[in-house]
Amino acid sequence: MNCIIIDDESMARAIIEQMCFNNKNVNLIESFSNAMEAIKYLNQNEIDLIFLDIHMPGFTGFDLLQTIKNPPKVILSTSDSSMAIEAFEYSCIVDYLLKPVTQQRFDKAVQKAVSFTKKEKQTTPTQVKDEGESITELYVNIDRRLVKINFETINIVEARGDYILIRTEDKNYTVHSTLKKIFDKLPNDLFLKVHRSYIINTKKIIDIEDNSVLIDSNVVPVSRSNRPELMRRLNLL
Amino acid sequence: MEKPNLLYIKELSGGDSIFENKMLEIVKQELPEEIKNYKNFLKKENFVNAADLVHKIKHKISVLGLKDGYQVAIDYEEELRQKKMNLQSKFEEILSAMIIFIKNA
Repeated sequence: MNCIIIDDESMARAIIEQMCFNNKNVNLIESFSNAMEAIKYLNQNEIDLIFLDIHMPGFTGFDLLQTIKNPPKVILSTSDSSMAIEAFEYSCIVDYLLKPVTQQRFDKAVQKAVSFTKKEKQTTPTQVKDEGESITELYVNIDRRLVKINFETINIVEARGDYILIRTEDKNYTVHSTLKKIFDKLPNDLFLKVHRSYIINTKKIIDIEDNSVLIDSNVVPVSRSNRPELMRRLNLL
Repeated sequence: MEKPNLLYIKELSGGDSIFENKMLEIVKQELPEEIKNYKNFLKKENFVNAADLVHKIKHKISVLGLKDGYQVAIDYEEELRQKKMNLQSKFEEILSAMIIFIKNA
């Protein structure tokens, strides 16, 4: 699950960041020290999960939830157990972590979020991505034409503001969409999100160096949190 | 009296010394400033802001493994919001112990 952290305390952010790093079910995209910056980000990007502090100066976590439309799943983190009752009023809140948070409790909360999301996908047919499907291509809307792109020809997909750039073996396509949307349409066994702005076709990797991969003639950055999954997929000698 | 320790940080780090150092650095940088601000607010009898500072500090208390100290901070924050300060000296003893600890860490 792609997630963000919103907490005004740098130490609390560092702790949740470390816990995300230790948990293979979450992919940390960004951390925010104030709610306003996070709202701006959430209005432009799709996220699966927010780790949200309640007690923030000026604009609380609950204020944020009331501000954003269709909030993603939320795991609250706070030192105030008294806030738990209010949390039940929000259907997007899947769990409530009391500081100091332990890794075990964090993992349990993430598992809850994963289960909630799976259940929702099962009851929303349009969002289902069938694991066993034999679809080998994707259609993208370019100048009012639906252009077919075969999955295996895609090298890299890059986020470019409100657009994505799909680099294939012979052509590049700029499409008005998000990285999250296309990632949900791509086969999991072939594609991997290696950075908040990049998805790569793992079969097209030429070499890997520290925090980057070379695909065709493009050097793609690999974020620290995504590197373990990339390394796991390699058939290392 | 319980003593500050790095058990929580070490458990979370899984041996990652970069993370351990980062956590210590944050405490070293922020705690003295937060204590200074807390004392200033208290001097001006600005209980709400003093309580907010105690709220911030209490997370650091728990991260340094002070379980009893954390409960004192919770109760003291609540007291300050009601403009009471019975737990002031107990809370400030904890702060002193933390300052000594981070100086030597």
